Amino acid sequence: MKDHLGRPLVAVTGIGIVTPLAWGREASWAALRAGRSGITRIRRFPVDKLRTTIAGTVELPEEAAGGEIASSPVRVERMAAAAVEEALAQAAIGPEGTFPGPLMVGMPPVEYEWPQRFDLARRANGDGSYRAATEAASGRQDLYETFLFGGVGERLAARFGTRGAPIALTTACATGASAIQMAVEAIQRGESEAAIALGADGSVQPEAVIRFALLSALTARNEHPEKASRPFEKTRDGFVMSEGAAALVLESLEHATRRGATVLGLVSGCGERADSFHRTRSNPDGHAIIGAMCNAIADAGIAPGDIGYVNAHGTGTPENDKMETLGMRAVFGDAPPPISSNKSMIGHTLSAAGAIEAAVSLLTIRDQVLPPTINHAEPDPAITLDVVPNVARPVSGLRHVLSNSFGFGGQNVCLVVSAAP
Amino acid sequence: MTRQDVVITGIGLVSSLGEGPDAHWDILSKPGTAPVVDEAAFAPYPVHPLPALNLDAQIPKKGDQRQMEPWQRLGTYAAGLAIDQASARGLVADMHLIVSAGGGERDIAVDEAVAAQFCTTPPAEAGPALNEKLATDLRPTLFLAQLSNLLAGNISIVHGVTGSSRTFMGEEAAAADAVRIAAARLAEGRGGIALVGGAYASQRWDLVLLYGAGGALWRGPFAPVSARPGTGGFVGGALGAFLVLETADHARARGAVPLARLAGVASDATHVRAGGASAAAAKALHARLGAPSGAGLGVLSGMTGVAEARAEEDAFLATLGGAAIRRTGTLLGHGVEASFPANVALGALALSRGGFYPAMDPADAGDGPVERILVTGFGQWRGEALALLERAA
Repeated sequence: MKDHLGRPLVAVTGIGIVTPLAWGREASWAALRAGRSGITRIRRFPVDKLRTTIAGTVELPEEAAGGEIASSPVRVERMAAAAVEEALAQAAIGPEGTFPGPLMVGMPPVEYEWPQRFDLARRANGDGSYRAATEAASGRQDLYETFLFGGVGERLAARFGTRGAPIALTTACATGASAIQMAVEAIQRGESEAAIALGADGSVQPEAVIRFALLSALTARNEHPEKASRPFEKTRDGFVMSEGAAALVLESLEHATRRGATVLGLVSGCGERADSFHRTRSNPDGHAIIGAMCNAIADAGIAPGDIGYVNAHGTGTPENDKMETLGMRAVFGDAPPPISSNKSMIGHTLSAAGAIEAAVSLLTIRDQVLPPTINHAEPDPAITLDVVPNVARPVSGLRHVLSNSFGFGGQNVCLVVSAAP
Repeated sequence: MTRQDVVITGIGLVSSLGEGPDAHWDILSKPGTAPVVDEAAFAPYPVHPLPALNLDAQIPKKGDQRQMEPWQRLGTYAAGLAIDQASARGLVADMHLIVSAGGGERDIAVDEAVAAQFCTTPPAEAGPALNEKLATDLRPTLFLAQLSNLLAGNISIVHGVTGSSRTFMGEEAAAADAVRIAAARLAEGRGGIALVGGAYASQRWDLVLLYGAGGALWRGPFAPVSARPGTGGFVGGALGAFLVLETADHARARGAVPLARLAGVASDATHVRAGGASAAAAKALHARLGAPSGAGLGVLSGMTGVAEARAEEDAFLATLGGAAIRRTGTLLGHGVEASFPANVALGALALSRGGFYPAMDPADAGDGPVERILVTGFGQWRGEALALLERAA
């Protein structure tokens, strides 16, 4: 019940997933196993004049019925709530509306978007100034509570009855993994017997798409959206923005065992390392990502050779995949384990990615099937890795998976998820 | 797991009153200090403005300065001050970092021009027009200046802090939890040294727009936090506040002199706070920390001036007997994600100087020597938090 450092082992007893492929864990996982792409043309808003016109999107039911397009915090909260609900249903922990631990919310920063700005300017009779908008927004408690950074966490904490102050956090593309790490640490330090960790992102709106495009981070292979995300492939030229959420119910193994819960796996190691090289690029020597990978493996009390598969960060940018390859060879030497990128199918779900990929890693162990890296047409000679090209691969005896997350701003987090003991 | 003592060995503090521990001690230990207020620029909302900073002293590369807007510069600057005071420049590679962050700056001129130009354009035409306009007018670098986690990113780049990096979001509660988690990780042996804090650039229309919508900002001529009638409100205060935390052993081994011991931090969030719920939550946190009451206790209150939170905090403060209570917001303003670490910094400063501060607000009461200091953080909307500081052994 304790790990190699005398800390409580941390079990996963519930998993919830929302992706562009499906609202739900098993449907999303089945699609990933089948190598299906969730990337489509953006239909949410006009894409004229945009360089990139594709994304992975998660539509809310009322949007599908022709209703108004939700803002990012609303979408994040809805997807997060669905993922937490699914995870709680699987964990069957506590009476509804109460949960015996804290909530860690990995989410993007949120702010007023153009529909809100235009609405305020119209209310100010066409005056676009902030001064006029501020007057027009006076008394709009709805705007305030929607766009406060603490708003999403507060509402989720109230709804699910988690304990203490919810913690919302961002570490860019490592956010979801950081949220899991925060929950694991809370259990390890004995602050709580259980915790909910979630990552969610719903940023596909015009300004965010344009901003990522201006950084030259996005691919513009708009003609065949399902083929646009090409991690580790020779012709890769950027990532595809996407949306989704995943939630894990975590408990000390002792707590889970005591209440007779089904243990789906363990989060056995967390490692992090920040980079000081550049705002969007890793140090060419790779020490920060190598450090994060090694720290996670050491934290789990295992050796690199015990890792049977790596769930890649694998964004499909030329830079990331090259650096991740360098990290893999540095950590695992001449015989690295297979590695594949869920982002080839669902795109880069940003703040959700680390959580979704940790959740998928647990399902990978459960079903002993490695999900593929699709769109692998032309191997890149510089990528000397087995990327599980195009089709899922059954395996046996897989016990430990390393899940990598590397973020803008040099924030790198890796997790080791393991089979139930 | 054995819990280790955590001490504060460096504070980095910038406010409208000045920068650094000496300036703040000199100004705040004198009775009758007046706040620095600008009532015109964001009227009807007063603000406490940012002082002039010699940015080169902490952000030597102009290229780095250009990659940031005032909020990130302020935070990066204050973080450097804290590292310097702790004499910890050589320890940054393994220093852990937690930043409590709000949103980064927007390009105000672009926002205003776009809003005016397209707000009445029929939706079918507005979309494509907006796409074209934004793709032309948005500066790529500003996206990075705008990301909340890039304050931490810039601290890593400029100061070389790379042990780990996390950014908490969620206004006042994020700040308290940042300090709480940073201390807890050290106490349980996850590293020996950490940097934690936040910044608030008060002179920003985008923040006035957000907080103003909820009625959280004080409208009208400046008034002390205790004397803002009706629904009250906060006066934004430029504030950069970072703390270097270490395990006592780590500090001792390198000969660093602690300013104070961080005895504990506790937080909660009541979902409905009025009617005594928030006060009761704070009382429970006070008990959880084993915090004292009465003479010998100094309180540095992060009271915002928002009436509902103020009523709850007043009810809590009334249970602390003859403690010496100081509402720092009256002189510093409210710095949202920066206020909690700023008040912890002021607490460490007072304990290290062996004194306390005279009244800062008309409602401040209690006096006398102070042995321990309680910092409060009642969020403008949600969140209750306390920190307890003691004299370093």
